Amino acid sequence: MNNQPIVRIGAKIMIPFIMLFALYVQFHGDFGPGGGFQAGVIFAASLILYAIIYDVEEARKIVHPWALNIFLGLGIILYAGTGIAGIFLGGNFLDYNVLAHDPVHGQHLGILLVELGVGITVTCAMTIIFFIFARQEH
Amino acid sequence: MLLSHLPALQVVLPLIAAPICLVLHHARLAWAWAMLISWSAFGIALSLLNRVLSEGVISYHIGKWAPPWGIEYRLDEASVFMLVLVTTIGVVVTTFAKESVEKEIVKEKIHLFYTCYLLCFAGLLGMSITGDVFNIFVFLEISSLSAYALISMSDDRRALTASFRYLVMGTVGATFYIIGVGLIYMATGSLNIADLAVKLPAVADTQTVRAALAFLIVGLSLKLALFPLHSWLPNAYAYAPSAVSAFIAATATKVAVYVMLRVIFTIFGVSYVFGTMNLGPAILSLAIMGMFAASAMAISQKNVKRLLAYSSIAQIGYIMLGISFATVTGLSGGIVHLFNHALIKCCLFMVMGCVFFRINSTDIKDMAGLGKRMPFTMAAFVIGGLSLIGVPSTVGFISKWYLMQAAFEAGSWVIAIMIPLSSLLAVVYIWRVVEVAYFSPSPDGETAIKEAPVSMQIPIWVMVAGIFYFGINAEFTLDVARRAAESLLGGIVL
Repeated sequence: MNNQPIVRIGAKIMIPFIMLFALYVQFHGDFGPGGGFQAGVIFAASLILYAIIYDVEEARKIVHPWALNIFLGLGIILYAGTGIAGIFLGGNFLDYNVLAHDPVHGQHLGILLVELGVGITVTCAMTIIFFIFARQEH
Repeated sequence: MLLSHLPALQVVLPLIAAPICLVLHHARLAWAWAMLISWSAFGIALSLLNRVLSEGVISYHIGKWAPPWGIEYRLDEASVFMLVLVTTIGVVVTTFAKESVEKEIVKEKIHLFYTCYLLCFAGLLGMSITGDVFNIFVFLEISSLSAYALISMSDDRRALTASFRYLVMGTVGATFYIIGVGLIYMATGSLNIADLAVKLPAVADTQTVRAALAFLIVGLSLKLALFPLHSWLPNAYAYAPSAVSAFIAATATKVAVYVMLRVIFTIFGVSYVFGTMNLGPAILSLAIMGMFAASAMAISQKNVKRLLAYSSIAQIGYIMLGISFATVTGLSGGIVHLFNHALIKCCLFMVMGCVFFRINSTDIKDMAGLGKRMPFTMAAFVIGGLSLIGVPSTVGFISKWYLMQAAFEAGSWVIAIMIPLSSLLAVVYIWRVVEVAYFSPSPDGETAIKEAPVSMQIPIWVMVAGIFYFGINAEFTLDVARRAAESLLGGIVL
């Protein structure tokens, strides 16, 4: 769609806001509706929108499939690592209470890290799925 | 310090190892990593077994949220038995997988293979260990989704349709399971297995709970391939990569049987399922039909892996037969057969992996003269086959003996006779392979010995040793199975 100025410029304006909204949903998720999964999908939507408007190959240059694969794993490792950290700090697996000086902050930190892990993984998974299907056209 | 967290680590270790495997991105490294993780998981399972047998039930609260609100990992004899089974098979198959996978899967995908493998491993362990019905669903999906991916990785294009079919049927099964869980949650407001066992009797006489039982039983029957809900299984096993066939045949359906045991005996209770609802005759007749029909279908197969897959369905029939008696003898017979059959099928599918490694086919007609060319591999096949038939001094004999004893105890001579009768069908299908391998000359007159690599032979002979060891000295397996059966029946015998 490179020859459609309205679509291109419209997308250019919207993409940063979609990403910002994704981050809002991500980090405000522990107070309001939202969380890692929704945020990940929204963030991936911005990347997919870019790929649709500006060509998939351009999008592949920005978010390299190799990097996506790495971060796909790192997201889960962040999640499980938070759980393991609970064990090493004297609690049970996924015990957030022990992560900070008091339980309330601990729960906060724990849920934040876990949801961040979910967000990263979902973003990568969604984008990878899109890239795989986009490749099949060629 | 870590010792008290072993129940969590049992599942978390392979679960966290899977994404690390993805990041490693190197075929050999991924294998070494999977090997390290399966051995560690095996060690953890043995240590947990030791603790459960000496100290009794272990309960671990994830995130320190107390049950019934939080997720509880609950280990009793039955679940720890499954952990040991799954991790044993895991160790053996991972050793076997190195050469087999390098041959059957393109190099760029090998690290993905081990990633899915570890995920499947984690899912199966999670299903065995958790004390929460919803958590079981989550792990069921983890193990199933990774199993679909594993099956589809085969070079054989038919694996794709087989995997898709498994995906559709498996998802129907999982959906039925979750509908059942939803209904019992509606009736009791709890998802914890121990808590459900307490709360269900009060609401047991409602349509909701009866529907829940129906959904759970049908959903799990699909997952464990109880005849006639087995249609996904033959192709999935036949066209999957050899290592995957060996792993999944020995674990996935077995863990589904374990979940079925939990649902029937722990959650609903034996007196409700077999007394009020009277499901015994239904399970019994399906099991017997499966024993005969699937064995008969196995006889007409042209591909040995498909033949073994049909034989698996028949063996599931034996396990369910034991369960349908709802007595300690029957149940422990079923549980012992679950373990023994896992050993046998893992061994036989690995043998087929070796055969495929050398002759690129697992069709019976291509196996002519293989007895001379691969003497060790085919010897292992014969031993595994004999055990499948139930020849004394092998594990197959122990479980069939126990099942017959249970049938006699239940006062049913007819069923007791049906067990050796259906074994005769096993003689036929095993003999078909043996006859071609040993008594027909190889097509090109080739007689030089061309064995599979040692790293593929060792796991097979470990399984063969297991077949003999647990066949002659069955005290350990029978003791654990009996204790598992007693804890499942909870002292209530119908």
